[in-house]
Amino acid sequence: MNAKTLYDKLWHDHIVRDNGDGTCLIYIDRHLLHEVTSPQAFEGLKLENRQPWRSAASLAVPDHNVPTINRQHISDPVSRLQLETLDDNVRHWNIPYIKLFDERQGIVHVMGPEQGACLPGMIIVCGDSHTTTNGALGALAFGIGTSEVEHVLVTQTLQLKKSANMRINVTGCLPAAVTAKDMALYIIGKIGTAGGTGYVIEFSGDAISDLSMESRMTLCNMAIEAGARTGMIAVDDKTINYVKGRPFAPTGEMWQQAVANWQTLRSDADAVFDLELTVDATDIRPTVTWGTSPEMVISIEECIPDPDQEPDPVKREGMRNALAYMALEPGTPICDVKIDKVFIGSCTNSRIEDLRAAADIARGKKLAPTIKEALVVPGSGLVKKQAEQEGLDKVFIEAGFQWREPGCSMCLGMNDDRLGAGERCASTSNRNFEGRQGPGGRTHLVSPAMAAAAAIAGHFVDVRHI
Amino acid sequence: MEAFTQLDGLVVPLDRANVDTDVIIPKQFLKSIKRTGFGPNLFDAWRYRDHGEPGQDNSARPLREEFILNQPRYQGASILLVRENFGCGSSREHAVWAMQDYGFRCVIGPSFAEIFSSNCGKNGVLAIRLDANTMDKLFDEVEANTGYRLHVDLERQQISRVNGELIPFDFDPALKQLLLNGIDEISVTLQHSDEIRAYEQQRLQKTPWLFTDLA
Ligand code: SF4
Repeated sequence: MNAKTLYDKLWHDHIVRDNGDGTCLIYIDRHLLHEVTSPQAFEGLKLENRQPWRSAASLAVPDHNVPTINRQHISDPVSRLQLETLDDNVRHWNIPYIKLFDERQGIVHVMGPEQGACLPGMIIVCGDSHTTTNGALGALAFGIGTSEVEHVLVTQTLQLKKSANMRINVTGCLPAAVTAKDMALYIIGKIGTAGGTGYVIEFSGDAISDLSMESRMTLCNMAIEAGARTGMIAVDDKTINYVKGRPFAPTGEMWQQAVANWQTLRSDADAVFDLELTVDATDIRPTVTWGTSPEMVISIEECIPDPDQEPDPVKREGMRNALAYMALEPGTPICDVKIDKVFIGSCTNSRIEDLRAAADIARGKKLAPTIKEALVVPGSGLVKKQAEQEGLDKVFIEAGFQWREPGCSMCLGMNDDRLGAGERCASTSNRNFEGRQGPGGRTHLVSPAMAAAAAIAGHFVDVRHI
Repeated sequence: MEAFTQLDGLVVPLDRANVDTDVIIPKQFLKSIKRTGFGPNLFDAWRYRDHGEPGQDNSARPLREEFILNQPRYQGASILLVRENFGCGSSREHAVWAMQDYGFRCVIGPSFAEIFSSNCGKNGVLAIRLDANTMDKLFDEVEANTGYRLHVDLERQQISRVNGELIPFDFDPALKQLLLNGIDEISVTLQHSDEIRAYEQQRLQKTPWLFTDLA
């Protein structure tokens, strides 16, 4: 059985040593760092008197804590200390760094592919679960904890156990106005937030080939929400065209060599997966989460579900808790649910195509008067610049949205961008957990177009009817 | 890393599925640049009536008496019983640091999110998987018996209940060795430095584009 999956190939290529006990020492090509999960790892280096193995394989950027407005002065002293700590650590250890005031600064998972720092065939890690985004490049990319950040810094490797292979084959064509975000939410709704536990998921099929690279990133980004170690997509011409010309991408003869290698980065035709699922893209509708877990999804045509109809007692209790937290009544059409705030951003949906999709809906319209705040937060300074060249900033500002500086922002509200208690938000981010966007805040995950449409209407609406 | 051999501890049941790391330790506490001090803010939003911020005097904050960790019978617990997919969501190791700082050395559940269970291992916290039926039984027992304790033996891979009944559990053999001996994984890996260097040399020849410096 020599046929290999894409994951098998990348795994085997990166084995430094097979420990013989089910674990392998795996080489890490790229290590991305940000301010929140790195300080304790750097402190570990100091305490143990250890050195980074290969500083130049890392790239650091501040993103989680950074203000998206008035950046010159960071008022919160605790946030400021964390950002300064990153500054000090990268200087001390000589780690390549994109500073806050660099136009390339942005959310680590947006910046990495944009700069060509993340390439097909790499193993990429970061102390952040949404590192899976890079799987769209045909890379093996996953989030790690801070102890592992320290391990990678010191050894450029990780001690890992191989995951099982899952393939999700998405057949057919996505209907008009249905996006990769809807696909991601739909799949998580089907398999559940633990459905991918123990697996690396390869997404394949016609509907995946049809997706743009940025849409593939949106899909792989949310593989972690299905519990998977990561998601990945085979390399095709779109992948190679995307990487070409990026600042850190290879050039000249090395580019030719790299492309020849990347073209082999797909599962063999007869490779065997431990689990295979098929999803029909034509079944997918614009999707909204109604609860406090990304698996709690319904289509825009549906009503809030009734826990009394749920046979599993643990799930039923989970649904009741979620409805209580979200202040929703079973049977309410999701279209009737009014919202207070809108957030367009995050590593899931803050790339240029996302902003274009949202701007197309907002163009020439105004926010509903009941909307208290609507933020558009580009994923990086370069996305922001591109959007401004296309005039998207004006579209948003004229409609009443706020146009901000790049960062994680209201995806998790570590800076000042937060929901107040009880506020309901249409958000393009990836997590609707209790308090995720601010204590007591209520999050509904949607695509950028759905978020923009909800901002204009003041409640959820079906983008297909606009 | 602190070694883990045996633990005899009071058990507290947290009867909710899909508990995410945002709930275990909310983001405002992630601004700390230390590994310690997170215990008082473990499950902050479920534990206290007010909104917590770093640097507060937590002893003065109003408690939600109904929350399980606040109930007098569970004070001093070191073993946490949980439901499916515990620790899902964000990779923050702060979640494990908070549990450890609070006093938990062992968490028992039907399934854990992967990064969370890996983070447990790196910090000497035992994450033990048991089947759903056994979990149901343990939940019933702990709720019915004040002062309910379990004895966890990593060497033998078994949990003993007070009535003497033994529950065997599976455990990753590599991690077991590290935990029993309290060995730091980085020093183990560094013993293979030559192999890492050899691997790099060979890869540099074959796939030089992977070694572009970002400096
Ligand atoms: S945008 Fe949100 S999910 Fe993405 S890295 Fe930032 S905080 Fe994490």
